[in-house]
Amino acid sequence: MQTNFSLTALADAHVSESEKILRACVHCGFCTATCPTYLLLGDEADSPRGRIYLIKDMLEEEKPATPQVVEHIDRCLTCLSCMTTCPSGVHYMHLVDHARAHIARTYTRPLPDRLLRGMLAKVLPFPGRLRLALRVATVSRPIRKWLANLPGGAQLAAMIELSSSFKRRRPTRRLPGATVDRPRGRVALLSGCAQQVLGQNINEAAIRLLTRHGIEVVQPIDEGCCGALVQHLGYESRALDAARHNVDVWTREIENGGLDAIVVTTSGCGTVIKDYGFLLRNDNAYAQKAARISALARDITEFLHELPLQDGVRTTGQVVAYHSACSMQHGQQVRDQPKSLLRRMGFVVREVPEGHICCGSAGTYNVLQPEIANRLRARKVTNIEKVKPQIIASGNLGCITQIGAGTRIPVVHTVELVDWAMGGPLPDVLEGCLG
Amino acid sequence: MSKIRFTEPNREILARRDSIINDLTRLVDPAGLITSTDECRAYETDALTAYRKMPLAVVLPKTTEEVSAVLKYCHDTGVKVVPRGAGTSLAGGAIPSEDAVVLGLSKMNRVLAVNYDDRFIRVEAGVTNLSVTAVVAENGFFYAPDPSSQLACTIGGNIANNSGGAHCLKYGVTTNNLLGVRMVLIDGSIIDLGGDYLDSAGLDLLGLVVGSEGQLGIVTEATLRILKSAEGARPVLFGFPSCEGAGKAVADVIAAGIIPVAIEYMDKAAIEICEAFAKAGYPLDVEALLIVEVEGSDAEMDATLADITAIARANGATTVRESRSAIETAAIWKGRKSAFGATGRVADYLCMDGTVPTGKLSYVLAEISKIVQRHGLRVANVFHAGDGNMHPLILYNANDPSQQSKAEAAGDDILRLCVEVGGCLTGEHGVGIEKRDLMRYQFDDADLVQQIRVRAAFDPRWLLNTDKVFPLDFRCQG
Repeated sequence: MQTNFSLTALADAHVSESEKILRACVHCGFCTATCPTYLLLGDEADSPRGRIYLIKDMLEEEKPATPQVVEHIDRCLTCLSCMTTCPSGVHYMHLVDHARAHIARTYTRPLPDRLLRGMLAKVLPFPGRLRLALRVATVSRPIRKWLANLPGGAQLAAMIELSSSFKRRRPTRRLPGATVDRPRGRVALLSGCAQQVLGQNINEAAIRLLTRHGIEVVQPIDEGCCGALVQHLGYESRALDAARHNVDVWTREIENGGLDAIVVTTSGCGTVIKDYGFLLRNDNAYAQKAARISALARDITEFLHELPLQDGVRTTGQVVAYHSACSMQHGQQVRDQPKSLLRRMGFVVREVPEGHICCGSAGTYNVLQPEIANRLRARKVTNIEKVKPQIIASGNLGCITQIGAGTRIPVVHTVELVDWAMGGPLPDVLEGCLG
Repeated sequence: MSKIRFTEPNREILARRDSIINDLTRLVDPAGLITSTDECRAYETDALTAYRKMPLAVVLPKTTEEVSAVLKYCHDTGVKVVPRGAGTSLAGGAIPSEDAVVLGLSKMNRVLAVNYDDRFIRVEAGVTNLSVTAVVAENGFFYAPDPSSQLACTIGGNIANNSGGAHCLKYGVTTNNLLGVRMVLIDGSIIDLGGDYLDSAGLDLLGLVVGSEGQLGIVTEATLRILKSAEGARPVLFGFPSCEGAGKAVADVIAAGIIPVAIEYMDKAAIEICEAFAKAGYPLDVEALLIVEVEGSDAEMDATLADITAIARANGATTVRESRSAIETAAIWKGRKSAFGATGRVADYLCMDGTVPTGKLSYVLAEISKIVQRHGLRVANVFHAGDGNMHPLILYNANDPSQQSKAEAAGDDILRLCVEVGGCLTGEHGVGIEKRDLMRYQFDDADLVQQIRVRAAFDPRWLLNTDKVFPLDFRCQG
């Protein structure tokens, strides 16, 4: 597509990168067909092509974001389904990241929105604060309907609603790593911020799986949030700080003992860690180190898939609907490994119709855009239930929470099932379900 | 830039913008009325992005009744209307003008009825082409026309352009697969044409509506013929050391009376682009590639393929490779159907859409190379060879105004060539704004006047998709 940037604008590294992305777009419109918000709303401005066009104008004209542009960019789930569809190779993710940073710089959000976003950015990446917030949410449950009527209250109510879906999961403390005799490999396992509070059983299962296969697991004590959350909220410099911090932490591990991989059990985080090399490309002190970290990042299913895997020891055969998180299938283009692992363990894996469409979780999206998120969840649950599964498996805590709030069918992480099949404990949510 | 002219907007309409918008708020749901500059901008162009015009406003109705109310209002107050499906037109068919309201069908995307006994499906016009097949596929049925943009393009747009696709060689184009429509005329009246069966009574007005590029009315619902899928289908790749050999092989297959489901052509430039995107296993050591798909029982496919292979070999084919799996078949078609978009990875392009007699393919291919070279540009050819529907992609740099005008001049020369050899300006993309001024090359004045009279019978005030199809200076003679 033709672009019209001034030479001074192009001197900025972000702008010149976005210009390259825009030049690749031919405006063919294929992306509209697989965009969840366009499917629901039918408005070009709520499609990737429309958003790209609005971003193009905003950046070319070097103008502040308008409330209209912000509304349509905010509605984007960042599911990246458009990137899977795009034949022209348009890197929408980098373009929309740039747009969000531009919005954060040039647009003042209404106060309730500012407070909510600020709170999400200050709470979710910090396990201690998140634990406290969950307690507040539990006691606020009775007043959530009243809250929903206040300005910005719909989002608070959505948060309280979501928190209730954790009731069957045990809040726990962060895990230490695990050593093995004569290890055949050594990996760092990302603790995850929300996950260590809400889904510690996931990493427990991952550690059992890895050590069972002779892999030593390290969990550096000072590792922080991957930065995905603040990045999607538009806090660019905080995201870069988070990236630099973790690059340092993992580089230290590489230098003291070596790492074969940085294993991630939350695909939303994996997408961003794999992008550290790009995010820090203009930072001379970090570019090289960050690229090395990104090259080492693996989803747990990618890593397991490359190992000579032990056989399962339990009677399986249960029908599992595999829900591929958008960050998994679109962000990381990891598609077959999770299903193949489950099949290898003897589960009957069913593909979910319309599997490329987001469940509405999308990081903090289900809090910030509850109406669209709820419609997407309903659509997803209907599609999942069509294949009549006994269990739903997914590789991302956000999706597990989102889908879990909309169905009675138990939702577990893929590695919890694989671990159970290999002799690990039965995931809590499956107790009494496998009959 | 900009060889293509637009009419001056009607100042009186522009001056009334606020009151028009105010009136429209009473006619459509608020979520379906778009008026801010930023949001209207998303509708200022389609897939012919070299041209852009901001619309007066955009309406996205949810029902036929809303469409009717908007058209009646626009008719009564003299406001132009530009219909829009998914905005995938390569000919600028959905590009607005400043004094026009865009009427988009994207919110009308429901499936209304499926009838397997009588083999039809009834859908709203905003349903995408591919989702029609998706609805009926689980029962072994499909909808035949399959334009390459089928993932995104809408049935309404397909009807407006009489869209074809790779598999139309055997099954025909939209007009051969459409049974009926519900259409809103510019005065707001709602009419039904055709029915749930083939060949309805009376004048073939349905045939008139198909391909009328949104100038006779706005189709809001369509009844489509669905077909039972064949027992099996197999694409085969034939690689040729010369474009002429491949072109001659197509002509010979058609002349021999063999009708495969599809014969698609790619030249070397297109093969490289598509292979890089789809990893389909296209041969990279050939000058031209034909993707020929046959279908039916194994015996039927074997027999047809033997005949086609003999013809291909006689014309110098050096590679003959059948798809060995469903995954490979999907990749072969994904590469072909994404060809235009994938070209965006290497250059901007203008996509031509001329149709020529298959016997002239080799000659026309050679001439296209010469034309494009003469203008100092490059070309990639990827098209529906079986029915002679050519899509030369003229590669250029959109940020270089001189290349833009060279590309357009080369495109005009190619389309003139198509007409000279007995073909036509457009196979399936429509005339839009792109080929409007070449219409005189295809038709003489008497022909054009006759077409304009038909158009005027439906839209006497000339309000529907006004700046398209007919040369701008011609309409007053109608």
